[in-house]
Amino acid sequence: MAIVVDKNRLTLNRVHPGSSVKIEYLEQSPLKERLMSMGLVPGTVIKVLRSAPLGDPMAISVRSYNLSLRLNDAEKIIVAPKV
Amino acid sequence: MATLSIALTGNPNTGKSTIFNELTGIRQKIGNWPGVTVDKKMGYVNHKDRAISIVDLPGTYSINARSPEEQIVIDYLLNERPDIVVDVVDSSNIERNLFLTLQLLEHRIPVLIDLNMMDEATKRGLKISSKKLSELIGMPVVETVGRSNKSTRKLLDIFTSTVMNSYQNSELIEKHINAVETIRAGAGEHDIKEEKIISLRYDLIDKIIAVIVDKNGVASTTTTEKIDRFLANGFIALPILLLLLYGVFEITFTWIGQPIADFLNFAINTWFSGIVDDALSTIGVAAWLQSLVVNGVIAGVGSVLTFVPLIFTLFFCLSFLDGTGYMARVAFIMDPIMRRAGLTGKGVMPLIMGFGCGVPAIMGARALDSEKDRMISILVTPFLTCGAKLPVMALFAAVFFPQNASNVVFVMYIIGIVMAIIMAKVLTVTTFKDKQSSFLLELPPYRIPDMKTVLLETWDKGKGYLVKAGTIIFAMSVLIWFLSNYNLSGPTDEMTESFLAYLGAAISHLFTFQGFDTWQAGAAVITGVVAKEAVISTMGILYNVGDVADDTVDAANQMMTALGGSFTALSAFAFMVFTQLYSPCVTALGTIKKETGRWKWLFFAFAYTTAVAWVVSLLVYQIGRLIGF
Ligand SMILES: Nc1nc2c(ncn2[C@@H]2O[C@H](COP(=O)(O)OP(=O)(O)OP(=O)(O)O)[C@@H](O)[C@H]2O)c(=O)[nH]1
Ligand SMILES: [Mg+2]
Repeated sequence: MAIVVDKNRLTLNRVHPGSSVKIEYLEQSPLKERLMSMGLVPGTVIKVLRSAPLGDPMAISVRSYNLSLRLNDAEKIIVAPKV
Repeated sequence: MATLSIALTGNPNTGKSTIFNELTGIRQKIGNWPGVTVDKKMGYVNHKDRAISIVDLPGTYSINARSPEEQIVIDYLLNERPDIVVDVVDSSNIERNLFLTLQLLEHRIPVLIDLNMMDEATKRGLKISSKKLSELIGMPVVETVGRSNKSTRKLLDIFTSTVMNSYQNSELIEKHINAVETIRAGAGEHDIKEEKIISLRYDLIDKIIAVIVDKNGVASTTTTEKIDRFLANGFIALPILLLLLYGVFEITFTWIGQPIADFLNFAINTWFSGIVDDALSTIGVAAWLQSLVVNGVIAGVGSVLTFVPLIFTLFFCLSFLDGTGYMARVAFIMDPIMRRAGLTGKGVMPLIMGFGCGVPAIMGARALDSEKDRMISILVTPFLTCGAKLPVMALFAAVFFPQNASNVVFVMYIIGIVMAIIMAKVLTVTTFKDKQSSFLLELPPYRIPDMKTVLLETWDKGKGYLVKAGTIIFAMSVLIWFLSNYNLSGPTDEMTESFLAYLGAAISHLFTFQGFDTWQAGAAVITGVVAKEAVISTMGILYNVGDVADDTVDAANQMMTALGGSFTALSAFAFMVFTQLYSPCVTALGTIKKETGRWKWLFFAFAYTTAVAWVVSLLVYQIGRLIGF
């Protein structure tokens, strides 16, 4: 299966604090299944809260709880602006 | 009637241990961060003539058996088949919590759903209908507030009156299970199928939530979010973190601990010791017995007891912080630094436990995600200043740096932390090379710590040190007294010719370049491996060389003066550094063996920490001399 890489796609690590986005899909990664189990499935709305004082990791609010994850893991989460 | 067996399961940090403690009277550790409980724990209670066994399981987000905790849970549920499986749900976070519920139902494990933390859900403006939930899935549902014992007591009634066999999955759930099984049986890669199933579960959860939860009253910004904007945001979060830690030390030493310690020092070592000494003289017991009691037991055990309030104060502060939810923020803030050292932010939590005692901290490493993180965390924990090292630091700081005592102790804590981080890096590079690590941590809401929990935990942990003082330290004191008053030809008046002097002197050669090559220091270092407090009790005995008959001797001051005679400020500092870093006590070594399963790691932990301590204390002493201390 060929994966078309879209250079303009929005990944979670690039979303500004305060904005809400919707998950489009998750790329393969060792964390994928755990992230999905914790409620980050396609269609879920995420609000980006902040990045940690040293820039990494970031904190998000999802399904009424707060979760922190590293930027390079957030990069594997493809999102779309919430409309 | 047979024992009714209950298992408490659920997501991390939902209040399982709180409920377990309330029901069984056992004191499992409770903390406001995910992953506090890492092993199962059994408790028993009788209710209405029914014997009930309750097991507290580690919290898990799912039961795919991917982590040791998930393995423990699924094994227990499938092999032991408890009569009632209670699924403890955090009501304020019900969506994600129902994921595990669905997985349990798919395994055909009927569950009693306990909507816990109802108080928080209500406070957040969520209205949850437990009746509708029960109708939708077919399982019994109860509501509780884990912290109120009225609320948890009623659980016992429910346990004894509920017959799980009379409940069945609803049609909705059966349909879901069918869909799941169809996907599993179908074609395709395993992982892809599992992902489809996960999405399926959340689809169902969304449907259920739409029916049972009324979110109309939910405020847009939670209190937690407001606090986090301050405590976990921007660059001021780092100074705040340091300030908070420093605050803990100020409270422990300057405000509460040290004044009490000073008082006890006088009360035990001068006043009480004097009274006992007089009494023994009056009765006319043998001189050796009088010496054993006054110069051995009271001097040894007393010098440790002096610092027990300090330990209690520190434990109180740590327990309090634990209950607020701030620990998870520390992990969040520290992750980049920990990562550079080869660990993850999550590693902060077991390490912080290490300020209390290394043993639970080493076990707490189980909550980490990878084997590598666990191993490194286990091996660097011993560098931290545990409660038992605290008296050593406090005493030496008070004697040699009276103006800056709490700052010097703070520096010792920092040295311990820095060495732990450096060695984590070294171990990552040399032993546990490039194994992937990640960081995925739930940030729980801030909570006001439950004072009952904080006080009980402080008492339980602090009590451990009292017990130790009465057992190990007592025995060691007798032994040290004997070894320091006898040699091959019997009793000796000159301590410098005792067994202990020879033994200590042999060891002390190792510390020639560290400036504390006295036989007393050598002896203290040996006894410190048995228990760290023994460093102090040994010093207490060896420097407490008052003439027993002379009741005007101010034993406390004499110890200070004597210590001052054999250490300079610099060599005392080097000795503190050595004590801070060298071999874990035997109990901690045993735990390392147990947790890693290999003798190799026990010996490794002993040898490498001692080597590091030797080198660092040498550097401290030599550099200190060069720059003119
Ligand atoms: N407000 C509120 N807090 C609660 C309630 N039950 C428990 N807590 C708090 O929630 C936190 C977590 O409680 P624990 O009992 O340690 O949770 P656990 O489920 O055993 O957590 P793990 O061992 O990590 O899986 C603690 O700070 C408790 O004081 C409740 O009903 N209401
Ligand atoms: Mg627990």
